[in-house]
Amino acid sequence: MFGAANFLTSKLESAIGWARKFSLFQYPFVTACCGMEYMAAACSHYDVDRFGAGFPRFSPRQADVLFVVGTISHKMAPVLKRIYDQMTEPKWVVAFGVCTCTGGFYDNYATVMGIDTIIPVDVYIPGCPPRPENVLDGLMKLQEKIQAQHSRKAVLPAQRFYAPKPAV
Amino acid sequence: MLPSQLCEALAARFPEAVLARHTYRNDATVTVRPEGLLAAARALKEDPLFQMNFLMDLTAVDYSAFGKRPPARGAFPSSGVEVRPEDGVPDEAPWPGPAVGERFEVVYHFFSWPLKHRLRLKVPVGEALPEVDSLTPLWAAANWFEREVWDMFGIRFRGHPNLKRILMYEEFAGHPLRKDYPVNKRQPLIGPVN
Repeated sequence: MFGAANFLTSKLESAIGWARKFSLFQYPFVTACCGMEYMAAACSHYDVDRFGAGFPRFSPRQADVLFVVGTISHKMAPVLKRIYDQMTEPKWVVAFGVCTCTGGFYDNYATVMGIDTIIPVDVYIPGCPPRPENVLDGLMKLQEKIQAQHSRKAVLPAQRFYAPKPAV
Repeated sequence: MLPSQLCEALAARFPEAVLARHTYRNDATVTVRPEGLLAAARALKEDPLFQMNFLMDLTAVDYSAFGKRPPARGAFPSSGVEVRPEDGVPDEAPWPGPAVGERFEVVYHFFSWPLKHRLRLKVPVGEALPEVDSLTPLWAAANWFEREVWDMFGIRFRGHPNLKRILMYEEFAGHPLRKDYPVNKRQPLIGPVN
């Protein structure tokens, strides 16, 4: 049982991954119009509770997943970074909508060109706004990622950290 | 009161302050000297003839690039897509533009709830000393509008109780809606400049 195969520990890891991916406490960081789409996707019609993510926590210390929903301005960027820093490990970040992924069609003095320039992002959900099916797809991809992190060796936060692209 | 009557009444009341006036499709526009703004605004609010008790909007215009073809260089920094002006844009202003050749114009939109008429007031503001009197003592709604105009255009309002930036952060240098603000200038608080 504790032999080379490490049967018990691997099963335990898998069970932890299963438990974590079905109890996602999300922190909705809603700043813009995508918030309406997020609310529609999170409520009973599409029912994210099926994926164990139906319990938004409005305190970063109690949350597992940071849903960044809507355009992030340079004025808001330090706040977002601080919210991320306040979350406890393990934590994941979902970029909801094209503005959080890349800045979207905003290319101006006010807007952050993608939140991955500030904090690491696990799942990108593009769209302006994304369809609820797209949101659920992103949520399931996040679940796969969480499960995979526990199926292999434990992934350290530093290894998860997104390395920014070199300047062109 | 009809728009044309509004224009005439204001011009008759302040003949030396009113620079120009016109109506177009029932929109009355009066251009007023900066020195006469406070008196004209007070009359608009308190005179039973006008009773403009609602300041609907307060904004500004930077005419420094008005009607001119943008330079055929530059690109969007994130995509590298070149900024290309259309051939249809003329080099000279097709419309005469502001009544006075000043760089800025502060624009006020007034509405009267009792009399149901509206008026647009314009005040030319020079580039050397961009400053006009604040209307916050008359309309409380002017408070945040004037802060926005200060933030975006760098026009100061004399007598404003709390003239500081409202949209941008205090560390931001410059006024982004001025036409000479570089289109690709970024001033992030944290993170890379992109």
